[in-house]
Order: sequence, then structure tokens, then C-alpha cells
Amino acid sequence: MKSVIAENLVKTYRNGEVKALDNLSLDVEEGTVLGVLGPNGAGKTTTVRILATLLKPDSGIATVAGIDVAKHPDKVRELIGLSGQYAAVDETLTGWDNLVMFGRLYHLGKSASIKRADELLERFSLTDSARRPIKTYSGGMRRRLDLAASLIVQPKVLFLDEPTTGLDPRGRQEMWGVIQELVKGGVTLLLTTQYLEEADQLADEIAVIDHGKVIARGTSDALKKQVGGERLEITVDNTDIHKTQEIVSRISSNAIHTDVRTISAPVSTGSLALMEALRALDEAKIHPLDIALKRPSLDDVFLSLTGHVAEEEVIAQPVKKKRGGKK
Amino acid sequence: MKYVISDVMTITKRQLLQLARIPELLVFSTIQPVMFVLLFRFVFGGSIETGQPGGYVQLLMPGIFVQTVAFTLAATAVGLAEDMKKGLIDRFRSLPISRGAVVIGRTFGDALLNILVLTVMATAGYAVGWRPTSGSLSIFLAFLFLFMFGYALSWIGIYVGLAVKEARTVQSVGFLVTFPLTFLSNAFAPTTGMPKALQYFAEWNPVSTMVAACRELFGLKNEFGATASSWPSQHPLETSLLYMFLLMVVFIPLSIRKYKNTSN
Repeated sequence: MKSVIAENLVKTYRNGEVKALDNLSLDVEEGTVLGVLGPNGAGKTTTVRILATLLKPDSGIATVAGIDVAKHPDKVRELIGLSGQYAAVDETLTGWDNLVMFGRLYHLGKSASIKRADELLERFSLTDSARRPIKTYSGGMRRRLDLAASLIVQPKVLFLDEPTTGLDPRGRQEMWGVIQELVKGGVTLLLTTQYLEEADQLADEIAVIDHGKVIARGTSDALKKQVGGERLEITVDNTDIHKTQEIVSRISSNAIHTDVRTISAPVSTGSLALMEALRALDEAKIHPLDIALKRPSLDDVFLSLTGHVAEEEVIAQPVKKKRGGKK
Repeated sequence: MKYVISDVMTITKRQLLQLARIPELLVFSTIQPVMFVLLFRFVFGGSIETGQPGGYVQLLMPGIFVQTVAFTLAATAVGLAEDMKKGLIDRFRSLPISRGAVVIGRTFGDALLNILVLTVMATAGYAVGWRPTSGSLSIFLAFLFLFMFGYALSWIGIYVGLAVKEARTVQSVGFLVTFPLTFLSNAFAPTTGMPKALQYFAEWNPVSTMVAACRELFGLKNEFGATASSWPSQHPLETSLLYMFLLMVVFIPLSIRKYKNTSN
């Protein structure tokens, strides 16, 4: 059964000048995680806002648990949890205050709200900071509290809009852990992210969106296959480059790509190719600095689908941009 | 919906909790009105002649009371704009709570804060010589009037906050509206010295009618009116009530509808 369905959603701003969503369609199977992946401005947040009843589409239909979000927003609100890009909690109040308040707004009784707040604080390792104003929390703690607030009544469907944007690597790891726990519990989750790795880690299925449209859809593996198979990658000292290229050319019949000291080529035989390369290198007395069999990253997927990389990656990893560009 | 009242109370309680968690907020919301009392009392008090026994401070206090509750407009607007910016309003809107609860709760919270601010100001006023001469019922009615005026303006604040969205801009807009309104009135000086057009405006200005109404209820003659013959000057209580009624009739439904339709 599909827990979330969006059909041909269109949303324009400024009298049609800006098209945020351009016939976007997607769905999420009950009990699974859909990662909506795309760069800034692709339409991720707009999609979530429509599904979470905060925004009405210009046209198209969206349902959550079979209920039309535009027609019965009140019913949908009882079934969903939403955690946004920034921690939407009252910063002057303590973590405990916030959770109790949200419990009351979900119409749990007073003692039930308190009980639930304590449980959630415990579960998200926030008990020690429960009585401190949110202002004093770290970014990661705020996000966890924000997530906790969206779980007060066990939601049927959870929407997480860029849950780790702006977090440091440690905060991100923690958040991933928390989300993975949730997923084990069987929640239906729609998660947006601009981090390719995040979608890869957390989602069962990925919908890549760009300019308000879904441009590809499938499991992480399927998307990677769409871009191509595995690549053998060997990094060696400058003096060994030439010999290594020769060895690689014996293993792979395809185009060999050399980038500074890293030689790479597509291979079709998987780990056999890796072993063959190692043996040949050993015989030639070449000690590789690094050798690996690489599956295409989601960066490559994104680039080959959209013709441009996901924003952040442009500056951080120009090498990948070049490599993927060959497709 | 049966949860309307509990939803509203939860939202109102949140604002009171904020004050409990960060007591400095309380100091800042009361310090400015008290400062106004002291400044006006000692800067202008010595040079403005009034025929009133007890001097300028008797006329001044109703003026400052009204000015302070008028600032509720900006306070409500800024508070709401900040909540929107931080995404809190989005979260509230994603919850299964009654439509008006969030904004009604905020107006209640701001109204409760006004009670506190008025109490502090009255105490400060008393300390610098303010002595209302009417009976306790009239005094109570005056404060009830002030409270209601603040509450009515709060609803404009809701609308402004939702329409402008950016807290800093809201702050400026709030002051741009409330400052001229409070000064183009009989609150601090007689309107007789103003150009004719401004006098006319000042007479019909709700701030003037409120100030005049409060002065009456505190047992004073409304000396700062320009032409005592005009209708609002003759009937400040009725005019003020009418203004408050109109404001609420227009802005409560308007603001609630705006809240339902607004998104960041």
C-alpha cells in the first residue's frame, strides 16, 4: 500500500514566474523510506510543505494514508510528523517545556504529555539537558529535539526536511543513527536531502528531483547501475604511472582515465579485475598508494542525470565533476 | 472543536513560561514604560502648565498608559513574526489543533503581559505623584478600558506580523504606526497648539479618545482636548468603545483568515 502519493503537483510563485514544482509525482510505499534528493531550489521543501498540509498546490493531488491533504488537512495532521530544515521549537523554553507543550497540542492529557516528554528525551539522549533552554543546545541537540517533537504521537508518516543540513559531521552521524533507529521501528518516512551520501545511507528508494520534477527514481543500486558499472581505481607514485596504465589497459578494454596519480577504468569482472591488477602490480614491483574497486557514487548519478552536480559538490570535489562528465 | 480552549491555553501558557524561563524579558517589557513615566514627569512636568490640582503628572499618566498599551500592536506583531521565521508557526500549523488557537493564544498572552505592565506603571506613577481622584470602580473601569484597547490592537498586530513576516521590519512598521498615533493626540500636550488639520486628526484619533476616556474615569477634566464641542471630545468613552468594537470586528476574522492562508 502506498502511504504517500503525489500526483502531478504544480506550484508556482510570483504569478507563475517561478515554477517551484513542475508536474512532480512520487509515492512512498508503507513502511519504507523514500529519499528525495536534489540541490537547493529543486522543489524539495515545497513538496514536503504540500504533503504536510502547509501549502496548497496550484494543481495536482496529494494524499497521505489515502486522505487528500488539500481536502482534509485536519485528518492528515493527525497522522503525520514533520521536522523541518531549522529546529522549529521555542528556543526560550527548555527541551522539556517544548515537548510537554507539543504533547498538549496533540491533545494528550497533562500527565501523558509529561510521560511522553520524558520518554522521548531519554530516547534521544537529551535527559541531561532537558531543563535547559533550547538556546543553549548544540545544533545536533536541537535537531534531535525537533525530531522528538514530531514523534509525540506515533506518526503514520514522517516527513523530514533536510534533517542534517548545517550540522557538523558528528551531529550528522548522530542524527543518522537516530533516523536509522526510527526506520527499524517501521515508520514510513519521506526524507529530503542534498547530501547524496545521506540518501544512500538512509533511504530504501531515491527520487532525484531537479527543477521541480522527478528525473529519476529507484534504489540506490539501480540508480548507480544507470550510470555505469564498477571502476578500478589505482593511485601510484609518479614514476609508476606509465607502467600502471599499461597494466590497467590489459585488464580493461575501455577508456582509461588518468587524473594526476590516479588511474581509473571501467571494469566488468568485479573483484577478479581487482585481484588481477594486484598480481600484475606485484610482479612489476609497483606498490600502489591506493587501490580500490569503486561503484559510481551518487554524485556521478546526479551529474549524469542532470548535467550538473549537486551544488555543494562543485567546490568540494572538482575531480568527481570531471570524471562523471565523460558519461 | 472541543479542544479549542485547551489549545488556546497551551499557547498562552507558552508565553508565560517564556517569562518564567527568561526573567530578563519581563524587565525589558516593563522598563521602557517606566522610563517614559519618569522622563515625561520630570522633563515636561516642570514646564507644562495645567489648571489641574496635582499638576502635569495627573494628565500625563493616562497618556502614558494608552501609549504603552498601544505598543502591544508592535509587540504582538514582532512576536508572531519571530515565531514564523523560526518555523514554529509551521510546526503549529502541521498539528491537529484548532485554526485560531495559535493567534488567539498569542493575543491572550500579550494581554496578560499588559496587566503586569500596567500594574508596574501605576506603581511607578504613584511613586512620582499620580493620584487618581475618582472612586475605585471608575479606576477599575479605566484599567479595563486600557486592557481592552491593548487587546483590540493586538489583533492588528497579528495581521501586521503575518503580512510583513520579517521581525525587524515588523518592529519598524509597528513603531512607525504607533509613534505618530500616540503623539498626534492629546496624550502629552494640548492639541490646541497643532495646525488645524492635525487638530482634526488628533480629535478623532482613537488614542485621544482613549486618553480622554481614561482621564474622565480617573476623575479629571479633559483639558487637552482642542475643541470641546466635537463629538469624540464630548463622548470619549462611547467613541473609544466604538473604535475597539470596530477593530475587533474587522481584524479578528481578517487575522484568523490570514493565519490560515499564510505560509512562509
